[in-house]
Amino acid sequence: MSPSRLEHPFGQLIDRDTPVTFEFEGETVQGYAGDNVASALIGEGRWLMSRSFKYHRPRGPLSLAGHDANTLIQTPTAANRLAEDLMAKDQGTLSGQNYLGSLKFDYYSLLDRLGRFLPVGFYYRAFFKPRGMWRFWENVIRNAAGLGVANLEATPRYTDKQYLFCDVAVIGAGPAGLNAALTAATGGAEVLLVDEQELLGGALTYHRFTLEDDSRAQTLKALSNAVANHDKIRVLTGATCNAWFSDHYLPVFQGDRLYKVRAKTCVLATGSSEQPVVFRNNDLPGIVLCSGLERLMMHHGVCPEGPAVILAGNDDAYLTAITAAEAGLSIAGVVDLRSEPDDLALPAALSELGITLYQSATVYEAHSDKSGAQLGAVTIYPIESEGKVGVTPTHLECRLLAMSAGFMPAYQLACHGGAKLAYHDDKSEFTLTELPEGMHLAGSVNSTHDLKAVCADGRNAGRGALRALALETDNDETVQCERHVNHPWPIFKHPKGREFVDFDEDLQIKDIINSARLGYRDIQLVKRYSTVGMGPSQGRHSALTTARLIADATERTVTETGVTTARPPVKPESLGVLAGRRFHPIKKTPMDQRHLALGAHMIPAGSWRRPAFYGALDHRAANIAAEAHAVRNGVGMIDVSTLGGIELRGPDAAEFMNRIYTYGFLKQPVGKTRYAALANEQGVIIDDGVAARLAEDHFYVTATTTGVDRVYSEMLRWNAQWRLDLDIAQVTSAYSAVNVAGPFSRDVLEQAGCNIELSSESFPYLACREGMVAGIPARLMRVGFVGELGFELHVPSLMAQTLWDKLMVAGEPFNIKPFGVETQRLLRLEKGHIIIGQDTDGMSHPGEVGLAWAINRKKAFFVGRRSVDILMSQPLKRQLVGFTLSPSAPKPEEGHLVLRDGDIVGTVTSCEYSPTLAKVIGLAYVHPDDAQPDSEVTIRTADGVCVQAPIATLPFYDPGNARQQL
Amino acid sequence: MPLGLLKYGRGSDYPFERQPDLPGPRELKKHYDVVIIGGGGHGVATAYYLAKYHGITNVAVLEKAYLGGGNTARNTAVIRSNYLTPEGVRFYSASVKLYENLANEFDFNIMYSQRGQLTLAHTDATVRAFRQRAEVNKHFGGRTEMIDRQSIAELVPCLNLDPAQLPVLAGLWHQDGATARHDAVAWGYARGATQRGVELHQLTEVTGIESAAGQVTGVVTNRGKIACGTVIQAVAGHSAVMSQKAGFPLPIVAYPLQAMVTLPVKPFLNPLVSSSALHCYVQQTSRGEIVIGGGSDPYPLYNSRASLPLKESLIASAVDMFPFLSEMRLLRQWAGITDMTADYSPIMGLSPLKNYYLDAGWGTWGFKATPICGKTMAELVASGGEVPTLIQPFTLERFDHFQQVNEMGATAASH
Ligand SMILES: Cc1cc2nc3c(=O)[nH]c(=O)nc-3n(C[C@H](O)[C@H](O)[C@H](O)COP(=O)(O)OP(=O)(O)OC[C@H]3O[C@@H](n4cnc5c(N)ncnc54)[C@H](O)[C@@H]3O)c2cc1C
Repeated sequence: MSPSRLEHPFGQLIDRDTPVTFEFEGETVQGYAGDNVASALIGEGRWLMSRSFKYHRPRGPLSLAGHDANTLIQTPTAANRLAEDLMAKDQGTLSGQNYLGSLKFDYYSLLDRLGRFLPVGFYYRAFFKPRGMWRFWENVIRNAAGLGVANLEATPRYTDKQYLFCDVAVIGAGPAGLNAALTAATGGAEVLLVDEQELLGGALTYHRFTLEDDSRAQTLKALSNAVANHDKIRVLTGATCNAWFSDHYLPVFQGDRLYKVRAKTCVLATGSSEQPVVFRNNDLPGIVLCSGLERLMMHHGVCPEGPAVILAGNDDAYLTAITAAEAGLSIAGVVDLRSEPDDLALPAALSELGITLYQSATVYEAHSDKSGAQLGAVTIYPIESEGKVGVTPTHLECRLLAMSAGFMPAYQLACHGGAKLAYHDDKSEFTLTELPEGMHLAGSVNSTHDLKAVCADGRNAGRGALRALALETDNDETVQCERHVNHPWPIFKHPKGREFVDFDEDLQIKDIINSARLGYRDIQLVKRYSTVGMGPSQGRHSALTTARLIADATERTVTETGVTTARPPVKPESLGVLAGRRFHPIKKTPMDQRHLALGAHMIPAGSWRRPAFYGALDHRAANIAAEAHAVRNGVGMIDVSTLGGIELRGPDAAEFMNRIYTYGFLKQPVGKTRYAALANEQGVIIDDGVAARLAEDHFYVTATTTGVDRVYSEMLRWNAQWRLDLDIAQVTSAYSAVNVAGPFSRDVLEQAGCNIELSSESFPYLACREGMVAGIPARLMRVGFVGELGFELHVPSLMAQTLWDKLMVAGEPFNIKPFGVETQRLLRLEKGHIIIGQDTDGMSHPGEVGLAWAINRKKAFFVGRRSVDILMSQPLKRQLVGFTLSPSAPKPEEGHLVLRDGDIVGTVTSCEYSPTLAKVIGLAYVHPDDAQPDSEVTIRTADGVCVQAPIATLPFYDPGNARQQL
Repeated sequence: MPLGLLKYGRGSDYPFERQPDLPGPRELKKHYDVVIIGGGGHGVATAYYLAKYHGITNVAVLEKAYLGGGNTARNTAVIRSNYLTPEGVRFYSASVKLYENLANEFDFNIMYSQRGQLTLAHTDATVRAFRQRAEVNKHFGGRTEMIDRQSIAELVPCLNLDPAQLPVLAGLWHQDGATARHDAVAWGYARGATQRGVELHQLTEVTGIESAAGQVTGVVTNRGKIACGTVIQAVAGHSAVMSQKAGFPLPIVAYPLQAMVTLPVKPFLNPLVSSSALHCYVQQTSRGEIVIGGGSDPYPLYNSRASLPLKESLIASAVDMFPFLSEMRLLRQWAGITDMTADYSPIMGLSPLKNYYLDAGWGTWGFKATPICGKTMAELVASGGEVPTLIQPFTLERFDHFQQVNEMGATAASH
């Protein structure tokens, strides 16, 4: 049988024709489409939804708006979902959180009994004595922490993001927001209206503003129709604006989508949070805010089981009582903290409905029913003076208590923007001041509570936004609101405690006061010491009480005391939505498919991937050795497309080169390449490459795969200052390159067809040429990183794969073998060439790494000149040298340390077994006194085994450099 | 339940402690032997060691806001010593040693939690650098080793070993890696210092430094002037601003650094895990929250606002590392202003003014150094300007002499 619900106009959100069911704690729950999990549960009379963080007390909803942490429950995929935010529908078994045993019988609730041994900050006082005990207790504490259980198997769902732009973002679609949006849109602005409820109208959809309640429905209908039909207003409902970031950049979460809103100006009509009264056991399930009860009835048609007691700190609570009574809820009494309401017609209205009124009284203590997990009764006492009660109790049986101690502006977004909160003693209210430019407030967030005033305030905010946009508008209306909605001291300390100030963190009055007594007087220190406000609802319901208590305890004003900084987000937000869809693009060279077809072992190289070597990983050494053998004795080729490429063109190109790189470039002949090393202003070598002068005014320079982006941006940055006449273009992806290396490389090019004379006489070592290879236009450079006769061919990327194929065919007679980057590293090591970033670090200067020759002595300036000169004039602190070891010695690994008299003097930067030389070779930083070829250094290898390595003269291979000159 | 808690069971409303942890506000004196500017961890630690080891107690710690409310309050509390340079490792190892005994020394639980730190390498360049760090750390007695994918999977079974097309190749496993309750560290030091006679003045901002003939004579505050013998500036994010007041520049640029935390869940992650390539680290606190942090904001700024782009990219990386985090909820996001040096090492010791000492350049990594900074800065003051060996490498002059202590690579992703 479907649960019974209130008739229209109650239950605006539910569809009574569509019953739904879901599982909670292993039992089936029934509700209607439009219900959320909390409303459906309460519809069946269940208030218990979870267990509290510290004492494992039973908890049920407080706000019924998803604004408190009492309703955090567990779903099959996720922990910590708010029951109000989950639609009632079949979604696997839902359950409460933070219990051992069952939700109803939680063994950990023993902690509630031990509570008096656990004063605020108890963990700072214990668990560490005697020494070593902490290790044990730490585990106990860790295991007790946390609320829900993360599902470690969960995988990211599809989520997305969209940018939105508007003139005015209006946050909150209550009466203030609707009016603001209409005024702004009518004045010509593009408006985005955002509200976290599904319905437009905010409090108009559930709250009764006056006793007569005459104009509300009409006002709501008129406003929402006008907004819905306005073509300059875009509406997002069920959408939470979760932060205000600089310049009105607003993240709005709607389901699995994140809107990133760029607004020119914004209106915050975010309303206010109703505040609880602080009394003993005020956290029992069945105790809600008045607005919570109103939402239940008006939105979901749920009339909870009575009898109910209404605890009023203001007139609004009377209206809740009246609405509830009219809906058929039995009201055991209205308890007013004040001596009389502001509107003197209210008591009469109550008595007309037969409701008993207790004035100058409070609920002093709540009691659970037999289950221990649901409100069963309350004790009411007369109030004698602020926070103090008299002696004669009244006992009322009830299953529901709705309370309102007043309101706290929904200050979060404004405070993200730097707004401050000031307390007004006359109204016992915090108001927002010092708003950032372009932010306007309207409605109860602006401390306006009367419906007429709220509407006018909204229109004024709309006008304010129009003015900020330099659009025309009429004069502001006067807004007056004399209503007092906040009780000055709705806080009732009980000798037995358990009057909760912060439900998230289970903090009672004494916890807050004791923090201050212990010396943590600043509100921020109170927060940090007691953890007040640190929980999921971030102090929404505790900040006001805490400020009052601390002000009192430290003899300061509430304004001086203040509240803790509000940090984004307003409501807990999904990490999956924040992360968004994940794209991990990877760059592939045009020959990528060929490498895969050849069985290459691919590795990442910056944002690229390239072959490490060809063949299986478990034959790494053999594969590399075979490739190296081919290069040394026959011919090999390697895809070097990932090398950075930069074109410098213009009358000042040579001058620019001369300033940016360490070597001289002014006199570099056309048709020649030069080694180009780049230093930073600290004199550290940060990149290198080869510069080919293709024409007087045209250089083509390479840079390292991972360094080119930085080199390019440095070039642009420098030339923004120098203003030399040239163009600088990054052409890394436009050109692809193949290096053909080995004694037969010339033959391969000739075989492939090449219109350039390749003989050593006309195309000597370090020359560059432009011409056609295999019918493809190419830039050719004779460079020798691997130390053999070789040609680097740079061709337009579109033709690179064809080039590769043609070279493979042309190389067939010579057994050409493609080789990978690891083989290249070995070959260059044999040749003693350093790799910037591997053999250098963030401190390496040219003198340390044998690059002194690459520094032009004569030119007055290059980037880093001054530093390089100073560094090179100082005695060296370390030096990069080559060393060798027999293959039988323990092989040092890159990163192992070089020691001298037990102290660290350097590190091994490169080390490989060289099949060509049949020994282990490497580069290492050593103490300068040990850098001579007859010395030995101590290297500590794996497991602390030290080896003595003799220093070798570089290069290890072909010291006379005959082979690359062939 | 530990016996120490039984005394609280007497039902008294009042804290059982005989005296408050922190004394209430009081008047400023006209003169102090030592004025410490900045009531963060470093400032109060210095005061503590001055009082405890050197009997110097006519000391005022001046804090413009509240105790430990700067970066001490904002940091993610990573404590480790697996740096790269011998100078750095020696220094941070000494700090780790002090931390290990701090709770018992204070009689105040700082919740020092040595769960180990795992840093992931995704490229062979990183593998090389990590191996070097492991070796240097071992050399100075630290517990650090390289571990392979298999061991990583065993250590953190829920970690995605192939995130974002960047397969994990190896890991740097630093068993000494730890966290502590950051606020409690500042409180413990402040409590110990004030109990020994040091004065802590909150809501007291230093607005000027008075000096004559190369020597500081006093400081100007919003509550009046104070004459003093020695001044130490320990203002972290505002280091360069403060040194300007003293009349000299510091080679420091201030960048915001952000961090964020999720709603608490039951424990699933013991070690601290960070990825060098994704610039992201993830750890679970003793409350069950997941703390996520990473690189600094891309441009210098003296403002501790949070931002959306950084949150998006950081969370994306965290989800790449631990895909199931996508179902979790973010609770809070915040930022601090960090004082970055070019070599990612601090600036400590003497300044151009004779009796004005520096504790600056702490950037994104200074929480772990709190104890050793306090200890060495106290020694510096007590000796009348003799710089302790441990901090000599961090002298301001190193930038003039190209003697930088480069820790950039060892700092980037994990503070
Ligand atoms: C998000 C974030 C994460 C971090 N994570 C880590 C980490 O995991 N591990 C780690 O080791 N480090 C980390 N750090 C760095 C670390 O927090 C800092 O380096 C460290 O806290 C600096 O210590 P401090 O005590 O000197 O600074 P602070 O705590 O900032 O203290 C300086 C104090 O000086 C005060 N002050 C400034 N100007 C004045 C003035 N004119 N007069 C009086 N007082 C003044 C400030 O109010 C402040 O309280 C992180 C930093 C941030 C922002």
